[in-house]
Formats: sequence, structure tokens, C-alpha cells
Amino acid sequence: MLELGFFYMFAGLAVMAALGVVMSRNTVHSVMFLIFCFFNAAGLFFLLDAEFIGILLILIYVGAVMVLFMFVVMMLEVNFAGLREGFLRYLPIGGMIALVLFIEIVAAGSSGIFSPEGMPDPGHAAQHVNNTVEIGKVLYTRYLLGFEVAAIILLVALIGSVVLTLRVRKDAKYQNISRQVNVDPADRLRKVKM
Amino acid sequence: MSWLDTAITAGIWALEVLAIAIPVALSVAYITYAERRVIGWMQIRKGCNRVGWAGLLQPIADGLKLFLKETIIPTTANKFLFVAAPVMSLLPVLVAFAVVPFGETTLGGLWEVAHVMAISNLNIGVLYVMAISSLGIYGILMAGWASNSKYAFLGAIRATCQMVSYEIAMGFAIVCVLMLSGSLNLAEIVRAQSGGFWHWYFIPLFPVFLVYFISGVAETNRSPFDLTEGESEIVAGFFVEYSGMWFATFSLAEYGAMILISLITAIMFLGGWHAPFPFLDVIPGTVWLLGKTAFLIFMFIWFRATFPRYRYDQLMRLGWKVFLPVTLVWIAVIGISIYTPVLSDIIGFWRPGSAL
Repeated sequence: MLELGFFYMFAGLAVMAALGVVMSRNTVHSVMFLIFCFFNAAGLFFLLDAEFIGILLILIYVGAVMVLFMFVVMMLEVNFAGLREGFLRYLPIGGMIALVLFIEIVAAGSSGIFSPEGMPDPGHAAQHVNNTVEIGKVLYTRYLLGFEVAAIILLVALIGSVVLTLRVRKDAKYQNISRQVNVDPADRLRKVKM
Repeated sequence: MSWLDTAITAGIWALEVLAIAIPVALSVAYITYAERRVIGWMQIRKGCNRVGWAGLLQPIADGLKLFLKETIIPTTANKFLFVAAPVMSLLPVLVAFAVVPFGETTLGGLWEVAHVMAISNLNIGVLYVMAISSLGIYGILMAGWASNSKYAFLGAIRATCQMVSYEIAMGFAIVCVLMLSGSLNLAEIVRAQSGGFWHWYFIPLFPVFLVYFISGVAETNRSPFDLTEGESEIVAGFFVEYSGMWFATFSLAEYGAMILISLITAIMFLGGWHAPFPFLDVIPGTVWLLGKTAFLIFMFIWFRATFPRYRYDQLMRLGWKVFLPVTLVWIAVIGISIYTPVLSDIIGFWRPGSAL
């Protein structure tokens, strides 16, 4: 009863926040709505006993990724009039994509695969099941290769983006921190007898 | 579960929340007082000693003053976000206290087993604290952007740069603790350090302990990492446009975060509610935990009186080029020593579950 109430609260707020992302005219408000949407999605994970994934969603997406997102969006100079200009021109193609997506979702929903009978309620995990431990066990044994491959891909992406954007200017002045730290007062300071 | 049971549970929850929120609010008030007195002594002056005996009523007078002041909202500000920002920075701090274990109690022998004194003894307590306390940055970002002021915006930009530099090192520091304790539960981490100060994690993890605490100072935006405020360059940074009670809410959040970071550091590295020597166990654990927390809060104040402010490129260098490598190396050191025959016996001393 309480759980169902929480489900409708999280799900409803998530849907409303998602609508807010596309409907709000101010990009910073959009980002705020997106953060709120992630937050509610994390709430849904908690209801499914997947507290580890829920917390990760908050930690990674809300706590880190969206901060950088917000950082970029806050710096944009948004021309609100310009944004609304092409609305009619892109309406047909946008509407078509939306229609196809809508039909797909309705078709999938009514096919019966996702019905309560097709997907029985797994029930709650037992009290002693710690899903951090369980995920760790599977991730570092059975799916170790995939995990490592994903890590390597991320590392390559990280280094690649640094290499692509790094621009060393010859005329810029840099501090050599270790030299600064190793400075001897005797080299710079001279006591004068007055 | 009937409605009556639900109501009783909700009532107990409310009492638990009040039992933590009210002491936190009071200690915030008196930490501001302690800070002014301690810094006063460090700078060879008196500090506030006029209101009440030895100035003890000063925080209340300050609170009253801020409460009665007019709240000014700039005309060009984004009103909704401007008002929401202080709340957004205070909320995560208070919410994070939900998983902090303040000790173990049998309630004077009423219960047979000792219960952990926390609102929620969550299995993933460490991650929860990390995730929730990292949300505090949104308050700063929102305040900086919504104020529609250059200084406030610069403060918000600095906050972002600062956050990305310390957060990763902080996460890795926690990984080291987890490798020894084998649990994400804060109460389990404390239990793993039982039996005298030589079992506490600050000994095997000393560099990581320093990294975590210093990153904690950066997370609370305290001096020497208060570049988001930077009153000498950007006036007051992100809260330059705030006045009255909204301004007070920001400092409430800052001091609350200070208590939280000190508590978590005491729990993860300084043995939580355990006494430094087993024979001192007669003193209740909560007293020990709060004593360690008070010491760490004193460290915060001491830092503020001692160090000049970091420039923000210096802070980023510190985060990425010093803290991150140190924690990465220490993870490798701990990991290798767990699986090397002789070393594993040494490190096993701090790992209660190593027999498994």
C-alpha cells in the first residue's frame, strides 16, 4: 500500500520532470528538471531493492555528470527567440519521429510480453541479501572481461579527449611548483645591519 | 500493517529526525561561537565576549539579527532558483545525517542485542553519504546563476572546478577504507576498528586519511579552499546577493557540512565510537565519537586561522596531481599487500574478515 503510493509518487514526478525538460524555455530549468527526473528514477530503483544502483545513479549522474552539464549550460548564451523560430519547419519530421515512437511503445505495451502475467513480480529480496556484494561477485567473476573492456574504452576516450583538446601555448608562463617549494630563503632574503 | 502502526512508525521517525536535527542546529550555532573565540585566541585578541557570560549568547543574538533583517531579491534575479538555492544547499547536509551511526546501545539493558544509533542503518551508508553530500554543490551553482551577478557567477564556476578536482580522490580514499573493512555499512566499518587505537584505520591508511580530510575541507568550501567565497577577489562569491535569513541558511549548510565531514572522518579513520584504549570503554561510545568530531572541527578552525587561500589552479593541481596519484598508489599498496603472503599477515591485523 505504502510502496504503491511511493511508486506512483516517484513515477509521476519522473514523468512530469521529463516533460519539464522538453517544455521549459529556459535551458537551466531544463537541466534542473533532468536532475529531478534522475532523482526520481533513483527512487524507483530503491523500491525494487536495487539500492546500490539507485545510489550510483545519484552519485554519478546527479552528483557529477549533471554538474558539468549545468556548468556548460549556464555559460551558454541562449537566444530564446531564435530557438522557437524553426518550430514549424521541423514540426513534420519531429512529429513523425514522435508518432513512430508512440506506435512502437503502444505496440510493445499491448503485445502482452510486459503484462503482469508475462513478467511475474519477483518479490522482495531476502533481508540478508546484500546487493552490493552480489553485484560485485558477478561483475568480477563472470563478467570480468566485459567490465575490463568497458574500463579500457573509457580510458581511451579520456586520453583521446585530452589529446584532441590539449593546446600547449609556447608563450604562456607556467609555474614550476617543485622549484617554488624548494626555494631557499637564504637565496632571496638578505639581512641588513642597520 | 494497520494505519495505527504506520502512524506510530512515522511518529518514531519524526522523533528520531528531531533528535538529530535539533542538536545539529544548536551545535552549528555554537561552532560559529567557538570559531570566533578560537581564531581570536590564535590571533591574540579576545573574540566575541560581550553578549551574555563570555559571549555565550552571541550566536543567538546573531541569529535574531539575521532573522529580523530584510531579505532582498535582486530585480534581475531568477526568483524561483534564487529562493530555492539556500534550501538546496542545506537539505543534502541534513539528509546525509540519516545514516550516521552515533554509537551502539542496548537502551540500558532493555534490548538483548546492541542496536546501532542511526535513523537508518543502511547497507550502503558510505555511498549514501557521498552521493547526498555531493548534491550540496547545486545550491552553490543555483545561487551563483540565479543571482544574475558577475561575482556570484564566478563563484559558481569556481565551485564546479573545485568539485571535479577533489571528488574523485575522495572516492578513492573511501575505496581504501572499504578494502580493509569489507563493508559499505558505516556501523560495520566502526566495528571493524574495535579494540584500541592501534586497530584504527588512520594507521595503515595514513596518507589516505590526510587526503580524505583535506578533500573534506574542500567539499565544505572552508578556508583555505573557500575560493567560491573568495571575499578578497570576488567579494562573497556565490552568496554576494543574499541577505538576512537566506544568507544565514548558507552558513548553516556550511557548518552542518563541517560537522558531517568530521563525523564521517572520525567513523572511517578514527575508530568511531571506540575508545583509544579498551579500559576506557566505561565512557559511553557516543561521547568518544563526539569528542573526536569536536577535535576534527577544531582542526577546520585551526586551518582557517593558519593557511592563506589557495588559488584555484593550485587547488586543481592539488586534486589531480597530488591527491589522485596518492590514493591510486595506496589502493595498489593495500590490494597487493592483501594478496602477498607475508604482507597479508601484517595488513590482516586491520581486516577482521581476513580469515574468510
